[in-house]
Amino acid sequence: MAIKRKTLTRHGREGFKNIRRNGWMSFASMSAVAIMLFVVGAFAFLIVNTNHLIDTIENDVEIRAFFEHDVDASEQESVLEEVESHDSVENVVYRDRDEGLDVFMESMGSDGEVFENLREENPLNDALIIQATDPQMTAAVAEEVNAQSAIESVEYGESILGQLFTVTNYVRILGGALVIGLIFTSVFLISNTIKLTILSRKDEIQIMKLVGATNSFVRFPFFIEGALIGLIGAIIPIAGLTVGYSYLYSFMYDQVPFFTFVEPNPMIWQISGLLLLVSILVGIFGSQMSVRKFLKV
Amino acid sequence: MITMKRVRKTYPNGVQALNGMNIHIDKGEFVYVVGPSGAGKTTFIKLMIRELKPSEGLIQINGNNLGDLSDKQIPYLRRKIGVVFQDFKLFTKLSVYENIAFALEVIEEDPEQIKTKVMDVLEIVGLKSKARFNTSELSGGEKQRIAIARAIVNQPAILIADEPTGNLDPETAWSIMGTLEEINNRGTTIVMATHNSHIVNTLKKRVIAIENGKVVRDEVGGSYGYQA
Ligand SMILES: Nc1ncnc2c1ncn2[C@@H]1O[C@H](COP(=O)(O)OP(=O)(O)OP(=O)(O)O)[C@@H](O)[C@H]1O
Ligand SMILES: [Mg+2]
Repeated sequence: MAIKRKTLTRHGREGFKNIRRNGWMSFASMSAVAIMLFVVGAFAFLIVNTNHLIDTIENDVEIRAFFEHDVDASEQESVLEEVESHDSVENVVYRDRDEGLDVFMESMGSDGEVFENLREENPLNDALIIQATDPQMTAAVAEEVNAQSAIESVEYGESILGQLFTVTNYVRILGGALVIGLIFTSVFLISNTIKLTILSRKDEIQIMKLVGATNSFVRFPFFIEGALIGLIGAIIPIAGLTVGYSYLYSFMYDQVPFFTFVEPNPMIWQISGLLLLVSILVGIFGSQMSVRKFLKV
Repeated sequence: MITMKRVRKTYPNGVQALNGMNIHIDKGEFVYVVGPSGAGKTTFIKLMIRELKPSEGLIQINGNNLGDLSDKQIPYLRRKIGVVFQDFKLFTKLSVYENIAFALEVIEEDPEQIKTKVMDVLEIVGLKSKARFNTSELSGGEKQRIAIARAIVNQPAILIADEPTGNLDPETAWSIMGTLEEINNRGTTIVMATHNSHIVNTLKKRVIAIENGKVVRDEVGGSYGYQA
């Protein structure tokens, strides 16, 4: 059934009026939405940045496979080719023991120079530096390479990587559960607050029904009311989170050189849009749940 | 137009308000329903607009079996029946005008039409000057007249009035009766529950007397009284 435009105007007006008439209750509902959005939004930023952190670290994950000392160049070459052709290998670089020493000395900073006298009797091994296509494959690739008889040993950030994956998985699951839980809580809170205001409007709904109003006619102003509560309730948290994040981003950018947060633009707009949508839906859902019971006339 | 067969209504608390009602009212009739307080008049009215469901029996309005109506169809049944409720059922927070306009908004009447129609019925019940008053600022009799105005504003096929003259002085009561008579002459079926013996005995119509939830007398041109 199509609703006439003028009827829609009426419902809109009624929805606004209801919000004004039930000032404090509307305010309570909006606050519930606002608090929910703050937490959901903060979690959204946390998750986005954890993912970003993982990406950053994952890109650095490399396997160092060391050759046995007695393996000759041609044998090293064939191992290199074999590893290169492996499906899960993104990139392989050969690094001989000289370069290895350079890298090692560099990593020691100015103290590294004392190792220069090792160059004649270099104890290091020639090595392959391997990157897997998917960081989750790192362990498997490392194991296969290690099985080669020409390879003495492999090294990769085995334990850190494993722990990082576990932690981030927990963050994702926990964040997701918390977000869903909060959304349900605020739907419940809103529906209860609106229900309190409806209790006083119970007689009105009864009259509406008795003079021939359909359920959707009675529901519509509540629909608008819920959407408005969601909309207005979203303003402060979205503004707060946007400003807060931008500030945090530039702070991190200035103070912590080795890790930057995800750039605010456009991520912040996407999350704001999402929060706004969630907020409006929560408002609508809450208001529709609350009115349901009173339509039985 | 209105038919009830062996209708019983037992309230959840066990009160048997209707006890085997049989009634048939034709299109265009004007019927008084009389009976002592607690006889079941209001219950009878509530059953007709499906505010209540009967515990037993059959109710037909306009050839529709109410038992067969889905929840979605009920609003459309109610729009064909104008009801003056015994307790008025006005929106206390709204103005006189808004109260009556609401019955038209519900059926999605054209807003331009709403104004004319509301002012017309207010003229009929003699309260045009109080259109902007809040309903809570009205006297009992004025509220009653607003309730009547709302019941007739969308020209229903059936007008049911539960004690429409209960709070009115004789003069206003008679002017309301004149209005009902006029509406009836235009073809609207009228069912009016009343305790007003003067009106029943003067403006002679069919009288259905109810006692203990049963029809005890049904007489065209009858007078007030419910002893069989
Ligand atoms: N909601 C209810 N719950 C329980 N019993 C009710 C309810 N409404 C009415 N009754 C009982 O049903 C019986 C019929 O009531 P009803 O209101 O139909 O009488 P009535 O004929 O309209 O009386 P009056 O002339 O005083 O308006 C009464 O005994 C009343 O106590
Ligand atoms: Mg009654």
